[in-house]
This record gives sequence, structure tokens and C-alpha cells, in this order.
Amino acid sequence: MLTTSLLLLAQAAAPGPEAAADASDALTQIGRQDSALLKFVVDLAYLFAAVLLVFGLKMLASPRTARRGNMVAAVGMLIAIVVTLLDQQIVGPWVILAGVIVGGLIGMVAARTVPMTGMPEMVALFNGSGGAASAVVAIAEYWNPGSVVRGDLTFSIGLSILIGMVTVTGSLVAFAKLRGMTIAGVRLGNPLALPGQHVINLVLILFVLGLIVYLTGTPGATWAAVLIIVVAALLGVLLTAPIGGADMPVVVSLLNSYSGLAACATGFVLENTGLIVSGSLVGASGLILTQIMCKAMDRSLLNVLAGGFGQDTAAAGGTEAREGLTVRKMGAEEAAMVLEAAQSLVIVPGYGMAVAQAQHIVAELADLLRDRDVNVMFGIHPVAGRMPGHMNVLLAEANVDYELLRDLDCNPEMPQIDVALVVGANDVVNPDARDNPGSQIYGMPIFDVDRCKTVMVCKRSLNPGFAGIENPLFFKENTTMLFGDAKKMITEIVSELKSA
Amino acid sequence: MDLLVAQLDNEMLTSLGRNLGVFILAILLGFEVIVKVPPTLHTPLMSGSNAISGISIVGALLVAGGDFGWISIVFGFLAVTFATINVVGGFLVTDRMLAMFKRR
Repeated sequence: MLTTSLLLLAQAAAPGPEAAADASDALTQIGRQDSALLKFVVDLAYLFAAVLLVFGLKMLASPRTARRGNMVAAVGMLIAIVVTLLDQQIVGPWVILAGVIVGGLIGMVAARTVPMTGMPEMVALFNGSGGAASAVVAIAEYWNPGSVVRGDLTFSIGLSILIGMVTVTGSLVAFAKLRGMTIAGVRLGNPLALPGQHVINLVLILFVLGLIVYLTGTPGATWAAVLIIVVAALLGVLLTAPIGGADMPVVVSLLNSYSGLAACATGFVLENTGLIVSGSLVGASGLILTQIMCKAMDRSLLNVLAGGFGQDTAAAGGTEAREGLTVRKMGAEEAAMVLEAAQSLVIVPGYGMAVAQAQHIVAELADLLRDRDVNVMFGIHPVAGRMPGHMNVLLAEANVDYELLRDLDCNPEMPQIDVALVVGANDVVNPDARDNPGSQIYGMPIFDVDRCKTVMVCKRSLNPGFAGIENPLFFKENTTMLFGDAKKMITEIVSELKSA
Repeated sequence: MDLLVAQLDNEMLTSLGRNLGVFILAILLGFEVIVKVPPTLHTPLMSGSNAISGISIVGALLVAGGDFGWISIVFGFLAVTFATINVVGGFLVTDRMLAMFKRR
């Protein structure tokens, strides 16, 4: 691929028809026709690339064609890149080569080495990177001494910088929250809001939009352009900070939609149809995907963006409430005995399974029990883990039969199930979401594992989960806790089962 | 002279109008492309469409390959690097995820 691009670069760098065109009027005419033809071919190729991207996206949305869809989209992207290199606006290949090599290496290494548990963070970083590219292109266009800065262009440039910068800093905050980073002892995953934050945000948004309008009327106002960069960067942080870590998947998806729109705005700056089509495509479809994710959590997008969800507010009250409640504990040996006696089992995995890399041993446990005619199924919550579909990816990696994976629609069967084994999941089995209107997660659909005859929860401690909310399930009479690392605990249970 | 300005404006307006038309149609298309997605595919789809938003690489290439002096060099390099990370990383990571969905 690199060699082809090099060849194309050499072609692009060679003197084009224009060089000869000055010779005479007749030649000028031919030169014009040639470049008009070239422009037409370039436009057609961009169109073809855009069509491939549309089909790729469409195929990505269906399980059978997803992988091919990704490749189709990648080919579309490659065509768009090659066409751009062919276009005669490219004079020197060296800066491009350097950028492609550095960026390509970083992207490749990151994509290869990131563990499946770190996937959401990785997508956030890639996304921020794309937003940065759009913003930098717009900034370069504004300060480009060769271009005439027209009002309609500075409008697009302003928008591109705004959306691009919001994507960059927003994605970085999302990354920090997903990583569980802390600054000066403050857990970034908590919703962090200043008093009157929504008002501040609104004022800043209006301010930056005003700046863009001003820049449209007065294209030469450099200070306004600089101010747009700064305020947009600040806005990205302020808009993301109040949203709790558990909602980050939705935020990443929304920021993904933004980075598409940023690319689209860049397309208006450069008057490039390929960019406009692909960018707005991602912008719109990203918004739909965000909507679908919100629906899976039974919340509205506005509710998610307003933030404040999953605050550690009740930390003190939570400790008090714990007193007087008893927690039943169990070791691997007893747990194995419970499982041996069971005829049906539902396994509900969560982020804890991902962290402990326990998917393989959990799959082995399921196989072992199925061989002993236990009816085993997996309850996969749409938002289990830190990203929708997170658990599906992990269990697919561990070769768990797709047919064993059940959605929330298995809830009516819960009362007939002997044992529910919760592996590192918390909020998605919290009965407060169903019973306690005062709870922050009230209304979120959950697995009714508390209605199973026995519940075993494999968890490292009683600490509240990612959303920072207490879980009364742990204190129920039919619940026993298996404290410890999920992988270690399940491994012990499996060896107990085998030896028994 | 006045005529020239008027002509320029006309050309500008025509291309702006055409671009806006393309934009609206593409937005509508984007809304239609994704209707139902099983939760299994939410993450790969997000990651895949994220890779597509790396299309800003086209703009990055034009800046980096342009003849704007130090702006081409500094901003062009940054833009191409960022966009390439997005494109290469995005498609590879999506493929890695999807490769795990083996059918039995």
C-alpha cells in the first residue's frame, strides 16, 4: 500500500498539464479541458469512496456482514486517500509520509496491544484523535497565507474548530473517566459539576457561537479565532465532566457523532464533497446509535447529558445502612456444592469478569455444567461492562455458544431458575432500579436475579460499583457472596467440581 | 470589476448551495442506514463509524501536501498524524473485535 501511494505521490508531484498551458492560447484551452476532466474523475472517485463507506456502515450493523462491512469501509477510505494524493494540489510528499508513518505506527500498535477490557478507552482516544485532525486542518486553513479568507469559509472554519476541539477534550475526559483515573484523590469517574454548571455551559455555548458569527462578518479577526479554540477546548471538558463514568459509552458514541460533523465542517472549508458526505454520514448515524444505546438503558439522551448520574452522595448513609444487615459469605467448595445440586443456572457477567479476564474459565464452568445436564444460560445486559456489547465480545472470545446468550427477555424465567451466578456485575442486577423510586438508577431495566432461588455474587468487595450506587441485592436472604477475584474464584469452583 | 465580484459571488453561492444539498441528503441517509442494531454490535459499530470519521485525513493530506510554508509542515504533520491514528487504529481495532464473533 505504501509503495502505491509513493508512486501516486510521484505522479502528483510531476508537472501537470498546467505547466505547459501557458505556452499559447490553444494550449491553455486544452489544459483547462484536461484539468476539468481530472476534476470530474476525482469527484467520481470521491463519490465511489463515499458509496463504499455507506455500504460498509450498513453492513457493520448486521452480525453476518459486520466484518466484511468494516473492510469495505476501509477500502472506501483508501480510495479517498489515494484520490486526494492524485489531486494536483499536493506539492510535497515528505510531510505526508512522515505523518502517515508516525500515525500509522501509533494506530497499529495501539490497536494490536489494547486488551479487550480497554476497548472503550481506546475508541475514545481514536475518536479524540480524529477530532483533533479536523480542528488542526481548520486552524491551518485559517492561517494559511495563500488562501483568501472569505466570510462563508470562516463560518465553516469556526464550526470545524468548535466541534473538533470539543471532541478532543471531551474524548480525553471520557478516557480519563473510563480509566478510573484520580486527580488529587478525586475519582474522575464521579460526576464533577460546578454549581450552576448548566448555566455556565449554556453561556459559553452562546458565547462561542457569537464568536463564530462575528468571525463570519469580520474574517480578519484573528483574536476571535484564537478565542474560539480556547473556549471550545474548555467546553469539551465542562460538558463531559458532570457525566458519570457509567454513562461514558453513550458519551463516546455522541462524541463520535461530533467528530463526523467536524469532518463535515472541514469539508465545507475545503469544498470537498467526499468529506461532506462521509462526515455527515457518521454524524447522523452516530446520533442514531447513541439514541439506541440510551434506549437500552431506558433513559433519554438529555437525561444522560444533564449528568449527575451515579454520584457518591450517599456514601455516609450507605455505610450506616449496611449496619444491621448481614452478608452471607461462601467459599469455592460450598459454591461448587450449590452448583452441583442445581438444575438450571443463569450466569450474569459484568465488568468484574472483564477486569479479571475470567471469561475463559467462566466458559469452562458453563461447559462443565452443561455436560452434567444443567440448563445453563448467560444473561447479557445491554449495558453490562463499560460499553454496550462488551460482554458479548468477551464471551465470543471464550467460544461461548451464541445461543446461550440471553437478553433481558429471560426475566420471566428467573423465578424457576435454581442458581444465579453474578460474576463481577453490579448495577445491572441492582433491585433498587426496579423497586426504589428514590434510587438514581430507578427505571433502568435489570436482570431480576433476586427472584432466582439462590443468588451467588462473585465480587471483590462490597464496594459500590462503577456507578457508585449501593446494591441491596448483596444483603438479601437468598444471596451469598463469593469474595475474591473472579478468575481465581471460578477456577477454584471448577477444580472443586472436577474433583468431586 | 464589479462584474467580476458579482461572478465570484455567484460561483461561491452555487457551490455553497450544492454542498448544502449534499450535506442534507447525506444526513438523511445517515439516519436511515442504521435502524436496528443488536447490542452485540454496538461497540464494533461505534468503533467502525469512528474509523470512518477519520475521513478528515483527506483535509489533513491537502494541508500537509499544500504549499503554505511552515503551516503545511507543522499543522500538516500534526493533522496527518492524528487522522492516520484514527483511521488505521479504528479499522484495525474494529476488525479485531469482529474477528471474535465466530459462528459455530
